[in-house]
Amino acid sequence: MDTKVGIYLCSGCNIKDTIDLEELKSTIDDDINFVELAEDELVCGDFVEKIRTDIKEKELNRVIIGACSGRYFPERFDFGPDVMVDRVPLRELVAWTLDRKDYDEMCEENDWDEDEHPIHELAADYLRMASARVENSEPPTPVDEEVSRDVLVVGGGVSGMSAALASARAGYKVNLVEKDSELGGMVRNFKMVFPSEPPFEKPATPPIAELAEEVNSNENIKVFTSSTVAKTTGQPGQFDVTVKNGSGEESLRVGAIVQATGWVPYEPEKLADKYGYGNLQNVLTSFELEKMVSNGGIKKTSDGKAPSSVAIVHCAGSRDKDHLAYCSAVCCRTALKQAIYIREQLPDTDVYLLYKDIRSPGVYEQFYEAVQQVEGIYLTKGEVVGVEANGDGVKVSLDETLLGESMTVESDMLVLATGMKPTTRLEGELSDLELDTIPDAGEVDEEEDKKEFPNSDTLNLQYMQGPDLPKLKYGFTDSHFICFPYETKRTGIYAAGTVRAPMDISAARTDGYGAALKAIQAMEQADRGLAVHPRSGDASFPDFFLQRCTQCKRCTQECPFGTLDEDEKGTPKPNPLRCRRCGICMGACPERIISFSNYSPNMVSQMIKSIEIPDEDEEKRRILCFVCENDAMPALDIAAIHGKKLPYTVRIIPVRCIGSVNTIWLADALSNGFDGVMLMGCQRGDDYQCHFIRGSELAKTRMKNVKEKLEQLVLEPERVRIESVEISDWQKAAGMINDFAEEIEDLDQNPYKGF
Amino acid sequence: MKTDLLVVGGGIAGITAAVEAAEVGKDVILIEREHYLGGRVVQLHRYFPKICPPTCGLEINFRRIRQNPKITVLTGAEATKIDGKSGAYTAEINIEPRYVTEACTNCGDCVEPCEVEVDDSFNFGLTKAKAIRLANDNPYPNRYFIDSSAVNDPNMKKLVDLCPVKAINLDMKGEIVSIEAKSVIYTTGWEPYDANNLEGLNFGTLPNVVTNMMFERMTATAVNEESKVVRPSDSADVNKIAFVQCAGSRDRNHLPYCSAICCMASLKQTRYIREQYPDAEIHVFFIDARTPGRWEDFYQSVQDDEKTIIHRGKVAKIEDAGSGDVTVIAENTLTGNLEKVTVGMTVLATGMVPNAKTNKPLLESKQDEFGFIWPGGVIAAGVATGPKDVAGSNQDATAAVAKSMQDMVEV
Repeated sequence: MDTKVGIYLCSGCNIKDTIDLEELKSTIDDDINFVELAEDELVCGDFVEKIRTDIKEKELNRVIIGACSGRYFPERFDFGPDVMVDRVPLRELVAWTLDRKDYDEMCEENDWDEDEHPIHELAADYLRMASARVENSEPPTPVDEEVSRDVLVVGGGVSGMSAALASARAGYKVNLVEKDSELGGMVRNFKMVFPSEPPFEKPATPPIAELAEEVNSNENIKVFTSSTVAKTTGQPGQFDVTVKNGSGEESLRVGAIVQATGWVPYEPEKLADKYGYGNLQNVLTSFELEKMVSNGGIKKTSDGKAPSSVAIVHCAGSRDKDHLAYCSAVCCRTALKQAIYIREQLPDTDVYLLYKDIRSPGVYEQFYEAVQQVEGIYLTKGEVVGVEANGDGVKVSLDETLLGESMTVESDMLVLATGMKPTTRLEGELSDLELDTIPDAGEVDEEEDKKEFPNSDTLNLQYMQGPDLPKLKYGFTDSHFICFPYETKRTGIYAAGTVRAPMDISAARTDGYGAALKAIQAMEQADRGLAVHPRSGDASFPDFFLQRCTQCKRCTQECPFGTLDEDEKGTPKPNPLRCRRCGICMGACPERIISFSNYSPNMVSQMIKSIEIPDEDEEKRRILCFVCENDAMPALDIAAIHGKKLPYTVRIIPVRCIGSVNTIWLADALSNGFDGVMLMGCQRGDDYQCHFIRGSELAKTRMKNVKEKLEQLVLEPERVRIESVEISDWQKAAGMINDFAEEIEDLDQNPYKGF
Repeated sequence: MKTDLLVVGGGIAGITAAVEAAEVGKDVILIEREHYLGGRVVQLHRYFPKICPPTCGLEINFRRIRQNPKITVLTGAEATKIDGKSGAYTAEINIEPRYVTEACTNCGDCVEPCEVEVDDSFNFGLTKAKAIRLANDNPYPNRYFIDSSAVNDPNMKKLVDLCPVKAINLDMKGEIVSIEAKSVIYTTGWEPYDANNLEGLNFGTLPNVVTNMMFERMTATAVNEESKVVRPSDSADVNKIAFVQCAGSRDRNHLPYCSAICCMASLKQTRYIREQYPDAEIHVFFIDARTPGRWEDFYQSVQDDEKTIIHRGKVAKIEDAGSGDVTVIAENTLTGNLEKVTVGMTVLATGMVPNAKTNKPLLESKQDEFGFIWPGGVIAAGVATGPKDVAGSNQDATAAVAKSMQDMVEV
């Protein structure tokens, strides 16, 4: 479609004191294709009406606003989906960050004309870049696909049943798949549970029967018991799921999936050496005690007699680097509950609770207090260092007690409060292994490629990147666990309950509800063809020009969300509704065949080409900065408010993620005569802050390759730099750019300048 | 105004509830008492366990709000009356004047000429602030406001003419907005327990005894000024510091419950110190270290620090040790023995008190003796329902939206 561009410049907010707007308009006249060019001292005020009128009367479909940053008044400059708007932050990136006086002096010293004034050149470049951007992009059209609005919940325990009920009660149809013959999950094995509401005095009835009844009687919920998920294909709104049971298979079309497959107890056999499980008589787990309580009472396995004393070891195999390094969050309260069981069934039996720390968070403190009041329950802090036989009972040695010395406790029975393992945690996994390893950008490791992903067979996703939700530490499925606890790396699939973190029954119920809401949201957004978090509402999605694909697989491997599948030849098969629109695939593609209608390799290349490189004899350096729009760009905005200065040599291009930066752009910049190129993105590593998980990491890997190439071209590798910056580090953000500019000043000019 | 969902309280739980509901497709009105969103988390320097800035996630949420026409945010807004039932609520919202209109472009020309300074409650009075200011580094809405305590100061008048876009209106009046909503979620959050109540710990008399929330602001302010956190009395370096856990928590005389996050918060704060003072000696006094789930890793990493010493015991007293130093006295709960450590400054890990304790929900609700809201009445989320961290609040808020969807089902 022909572009009709309107350009509106603001003179307010000190802009006209820094930028010579008349000179700027004359440059725009010469260099930029437009239908309307106007200036006002308050573009964000009533002037917006004039823009609206122009759009209507002059049929504008592109609007360039040269004023403040796009983080201000986006609603005022929203002219509907057919009008592309580019906000050029003349205020933040020119007026507030450069001092007119300094550069007037520079001009005098060098005898530069106004059109060679560094501030004029900067402002003019930003407008030429905006023109290149809007001329080389189209407003996005959302994906338009028929979607299902039914939810699949895998796992019929507390969190799964809660997710099913939450969805059904909100008016959505639900398929609930449970591998056992009845609903209830692990809690079905509990006679009583610890109390979860006031008064926190006695164990409470498990909520299972009630939940199961509500599920079974809800007409929106279809329950599949003794069933598993054999296969899952597709994308949000269009998942095709094969449910398998004894009598055969059934195919379902669902819109979103909640994985609530829960936990299993940590294997007590592994505790044989440390706690004598399996080697000594009358050593059992809290899980086994639970069954004993339900089935006829607490008896010693050695002789069937009641124990006169029972010791319960907290953290048996938990908070232990040789077993489960994490804390399972519920075992302390389970032990407190079991102490009450024992006293109720055997009023003369002494109970010793041997703990490192009692963890009864929040209002559960009241339960801990109540148990402390029960006669015959003795709490002893210490680190268990050994368990040995003592008749048919045990003698437990403790260290680091509150008395500051070692002690022993003798008891007829020893209960090990073992922890929870997520059902997705596989044997043989190292406890500290990050399973979702990041492949080296641009280098496909054939061996790595063939290696099978550990498969927990809960969802059986037929995804190129493997059959499971990617795991974080210790086998729990999760990502972005602080701010956005439900966000997973597989769009439309949400984990709930103990499969994603150790949690108690109340928390699991809440979690089921939360995951259900996310599932509903994913289906509704899929129906609108829009992205979900973090680019919620984005209608753009990548287009693949597959005729030129060389099957290098970088896009399929590097997508953090497993969006792309492959055909037999290795050609990517896009699933636009899985896509989170970060553009990492676009950054990965060496053939430049992946583009969004409003964000593409060509668009950015044209922006780079639109920047004027001064003649060599002017000695003005030029630096290109690709800045992540999520954190680094707002950081620069904040820095500008605080008056932090930026060098006149820098041209900034905001990007969706620095993982979307294609190395071609760096080559373009350096061959166009830029003296340096910098990438500013989010924190990498274990505590990554990249909103697209690995974008920042991938960019770093790619930079290594770029530096090697620079050496081949006999260009100094220092000309390219990548920095991590946090949004709160606005002082540092401006400083990083200034430091880089100074270092580039010390290098010779780019020898390719002028070629 | 008509909407699907009214969210009362614009802290992290309220923001999450509003954004998640709007992205399902529901119309949402989010009201917040302060002139900015974010509640308590905006006051934090960093989150545990990633030691990452709250602004990072908030900015993403603010962007989701800015771009989504389904969300209306009212700040300086408090509900005065809510009536009705599922599917049909009516609310009256009192909106306090901001004294700066929407014409404000954030140019900042008013700041330097403003001569009036007020105690900055955002920084717990540790600093002074200009009477006209941005609420924090990255506020939502991103617009100036005038502190109501200063609006009548005659020196404010000259700012009115200085504003190039005439956005300052010292005569601005409050207004009352009526809202019809199908559902209501309460996310009214918490305030720190008043450390002045902690007899024996000498908060308020010894200047180098501060609370954990004050310490967050001290660190954030120092980092913003590209300097180090220093002790309040004499701006001396922090070479020896103690963190006192359960200051008023798990204590019948104060808060009988555990606030669930203070252990991790203090462990996180030991990192702030370590980052700035590689040789500082750090003491942490626990009754029990409560770091459930994967947080255990963080506790382990702090224990690996050679100059961080973990003590077991309840701190009973903090005494003046001269020249600004303080002596922390802890009692071994079993032996009754006293342990004394003298340090340069002390941080009290005070707990969370739900705002709903004093500011009761306007709809029928089931509250416990501490003021936490339980299921069975108004839908609530975040710390209003019990002590929790950011992830827990967001989890709870998302779940609350699922519950509130039931109020919106077309019958």
